[in-house]
Amino acid sequence: MKTLSFVAGALMATTAGAETLTVYTYDSFVSDWGPGPAVKEAFEADCGCDLKFVSVGDGAEILSRLRLEGTRSDADVVLGLDTNLTAAARDTGLFAPHALGETDWTLPIAWEDDTFIPFDWGYFAFVYDTEKVSNPPKSFAELIASDLSIVIQDPRSSTPGLGLLLWVKSVFGDKAGEAWAGLNDQVVTVTKGWSEAYGMFLEGEADMVLSYTTSPAYHLIAEEDASKAAAAFSDGHYLQVEVAAKVATTDQPDLADQFLAFVASDTFQSIIPTTNWMYPAVTPSGGLPDGFETLIQPETALLLPEADAQDVRDEALAEWLSVSSN
Amino acid sequence: MAERILKLNRTNVLGALALTGVLGLTLGTLIAVALRADGAGAFGPADWAAIRFTLWQAALSAVISVILAIPVARALARRSFPGRGFLITLLGAPFILPVIVAVLGLLAVFGRNGIVSQTLIWAGLEPISIYGLHGVVIAHVFFNLPLATRLILQGWLTIPAERFRLAASLGFGPDDIQRVLERPMLRGVLPGALLVIFLICLTSFAVALALGGGPRATTVELAIYQAFRFDFDLGKAALLALVQFAMGATAALIALRVAVPGGIGTGLDRAVRRWDGGIALVLQDVLCIGFATLFLVLPLTMILLDGAPGLVRLPHPVLWAAGRSILVALASVILTLSLALPIAALAVRHRSRLVEGIGTLTIAASPLVIGTGLFIVIFPLADPFALALPVTALVNAAMALPFALRVIVPVLAGIETDYGPLADQMGLTGTARFRHLWLPRLRRPLGFTAGLAGALSMGDLGVIAMFADPERATLPLQLYRLMGAYRMEDAAAAALLLLMLSLLMFWAFDKGGRVDADA
Amino acid sequence: MLTLEDLHIVMDDFTLDADLSVETGACVAVLGPSGAGKSTLLMAIAGFLPLTSGRILWGGAPMPDTPAKRPISMVFQDNNLFPHMTAFDNVALGLRPSLRLTGPERGQVENALARVGLTGLGDRKPGQLSGGQAARVALARVLLRNRPLLLLDEPFGALGPALRTEMVALVKDLVTETGATLLMVSHEPEDAREIADQVILVAEGTAHAPVPTAKIFADPPAALREYLGK
Repeated sequence: MKTLSFVAGALMATTAGAETLTVYTYDSFVSDWGPGPAVKEAFEADCGCDLKFVSVGDGAEILSRLRLEGTRSDADVVLGLDTNLTAAARDTGLFAPHALGETDWTLPIAWEDDTFIPFDWGYFAFVYDTEKVSNPPKSFAELIASDLSIVIQDPRSSTPGLGLLLWVKSVFGDKAGEAWAGLNDQVVTVTKGWSEAYGMFLEGEADMVLSYTTSPAYHLIAEEDASKAAAAFSDGHYLQVEVAAKVATTDQPDLADQFLAFVASDTFQSIIPTTNWMYPAVTPSGGLPDGFETLIQPETALLLPEADAQDVRDEALAEWLSVSSN
Repeated sequence: MAERILKLNRTNVLGALALTGVLGLTLGTLIAVALRADGAGAFGPADWAAIRFTLWQAALSAVISVILAIPVARALARRSFPGRGFLITLLGAPFILPVIVAVLGLLAVFGRNGIVSQTLIWAGLEPISIYGLHGVVIAHVFFNLPLATRLILQGWLTIPAERFRLAASLGFGPDDIQRVLERPMLRGVLPGALLVIFLICLTSFAVALALGGGPRATTVELAIYQAFRFDFDLGKAALLALVQFAMGATAALIALRVAVPGGIGTGLDRAVRRWDGGIALVLQDVLCIGFATLFLVLPLTMILLDGAPGLVRLPHPVLWAAGRSILVALASVILTLSLALPIAALAVRHRSRLVEGIGTLTIAASPLVIGTGLFIVIFPLADPFALALPVTALVNAAMALPFALRVIVPVLAGIETDYGPLADQMGLTGTARFRHLWLPRLRRPLGFTAGLAGALSMGDLGVIAMFADPERATLPLQLYRLMGAYRMEDAAAAALLLLMLSLLMFWAFDKGGRVDADA
Repeated sequence: MLTLEDLHIVMDDFTLDADLSVETGACVAVLGPSGAGKSTLLMAIAGFLPLTSGRILWGGAPMPDTPAKRPISMVFQDNNLFPHMTAFDNVALGLRPSLRLTGPERGQVENALARVGLTGLGDRKPGQLSGGQAARVALARVLLRNRPLLLLDEPFGALGPALRTEMVALVKDLVTETGATLLMVSHEPEDAREIADQVILVAEGTAHAPVPTAKIFADPPAALREYLGK
């Protein structure tokens, strides 16, 4: 087995002798159409090192993987946990404080955290086709009162699905169960992940799909199709902030710090909008790409405090399951 | 007999090794996960509901697939027409499609915006809704009707032509033939067919959720996923996986007590010559074949139409991934055969249903638990990510094993019955027996098995998603990544490419098994 | 000498007993009603059936366990040839199961084929041979293996009378040439008269000790009389 890992190691080393920084991230980040390739190129030019991305499903799976590996993990940096996971991630004790100084984050909320730094963010929203839905709902109440069909994701297997669960809970509090009871008539189906749901929406299976306020930007910028829009809810929109952190057991602490600084830099941040289709955590000096100005700007950003998120999450899930399962 | 079983010969050693490998991959990984857990997870009401729903949808899907497959298989058995062989090959297609592709293909036909609903609206009728338990069942029937048809068709073709001649000379009508010839055959074939499909549907997750319409449609596999991803409760994940395994084992025990089908592999290219029945029977058969073909081919056609425009300008990374998938599939073919042959030999030598049963149970294993268990085992020894592709090939091979055994065991048993004594007399043992007796006489089933294993591996996302790094994506993974990057058109084209490559691989191996195959 | 010592075989509700010996070089016909256990007897001698009790000895020593290691060539009722191999390869198996033959060995195979009258037909597969030719291939292999004990289990049952007579004559020649001991199951008393100098009668669960052919036909025991229909 030793030979095996040696051979494997030899095969993996692309630049002999150079130091390697291993970054665990989610799958769509490293895909050929995600930010991964550009980030890798830019950082390697900067550091004279090897940047090795390892992709693990989605954010929640990254954390599960890291827990499995524990202190023996090869990871130096983790990129792609979100605000729903930071509490659990912090509890593992597997992360180290970052060395980043005061940064001027352009988030809708104030960000102060000694461990996790944000790299992008977005609002969950219902996306629709303006050619088919002429009078989009302006709140959950209007959505429930309408006869629009929606397709959503399962909170147990999908990040946006969990986002919606917490969104409804933040808006309705104790009455969340009733809200779900009203909403369920319109739920065409609940999918495993975002891709299935969005694919179904584009095939015309539902009037609206749970996604992000930034989704229409893809269609506008990449496909020159202005027909998709996100419905702005007066209740406010739930926020997702994606974060990066240094792994405590890293054998490359300096390189890891250098990478986190790079994440907050203009180079990294200007890659994000048109590859990850999210808002950058620091608006790049060149501003946002053309087309982003057409996106809706929610008046209220909703986000549960990290300390409460875990309990609220479990309670909201039980509530949703009991209302939706019969 | 006991000393014969314990004897240390090549069949026993290799068979035991392969069997150990399979057990290690299924139960071993489960144990690895359980050992890593902090405590045993407890079951809540939601878990019991998931168990009930899983059993119910799997049973319903199996029964309906099989009931619908009977008339189709009968029609295919007694009619020969141009394109019959092609149709039978094409029937393999749904089975090897990635779930997400098949679901979107089905929606293009049965969805809110699909052909059927649009036609109904155009005719002034209510559109149909595919979402709910019936949607789950429709999707599972789409996946498994062809498999059921193949299994049952094989049964029909095992009725010797002489019997039908005898029946004709005695003036049997269709009813008499049914009673005397067909029903006894079906009694032998159906339990096995039901079992295989039940086991396949047992681990369904994305299909059940996408078309089930909500958390009502929670299967055990989803509960396992939740335990891993949402609660990081390894104990519960292992426990749920064990329950899933137990459900599969119970079903297998029941089915194996009743009967097992002969095989699914060979000799489907001839129709049985029949002398009974008239125009009504012909019409009935034409309708059966017609409806089944429409039901299966329409969604495939939609995949074709969706994907064709983007096919020529598929991004390069997708083509590289396709090449990688072909390599993984070829490796998986080799691994499938190296697992299946020793296990089949062991099963045949000791006439052991148990050996075959253990090989079959890998369908009931949770891919998620296998992946995680392998990770736990590999991680301290080597870089799991470096081994992503070999591990994927291995797991895919384990998943194809049950089908391989179904095909190979009956044929090998026949070979040993017919030529075993002669070979023993000649001292034809070990490699010589393998090369000069088994290989030449197993060519057709091996070709079919290789085709099936290759195609299954091509289409399976498998454990690659848990191990992949950017440079090692397979075609199904690239397909998901394209969808994740909003590129639905490219994804549709990648899906079509995947479908074509899978079918091509199946066809090539199957054909290779037939060339020069002696009677 | 072949010795069956207190042989006792039980299979479900069928039993067979034998306690007899056959002289080396003898030609013995095994006769008896169908279902009496003639084939069972041969299969047991060849090592394909587990003995419930008793021993089988050759030259005073117990037979090895593995069929291939016994000093026996056997021709079955059917499936004597592998249909996917040429006649040449089918014969060559008798020499080397690996089929890796040296030049002289190839010559031996050709000679065996020639001896049974199949010169030039070595490339054919069994499907392209007549029933008689297929039987000759099996006999060519027997010749090549040159084992001291030859067991024939109704090998010519499917052939017509003339062809069968021809085959029996060929067998007789081969046995004379090689000096092998022959046990041949047949349902045709004619075969026995022609080839065998002794007869083992198998009836009612017992294989009786060999009796000279002339004697048994002159004064058939009851079981044989019934079988012969006289």
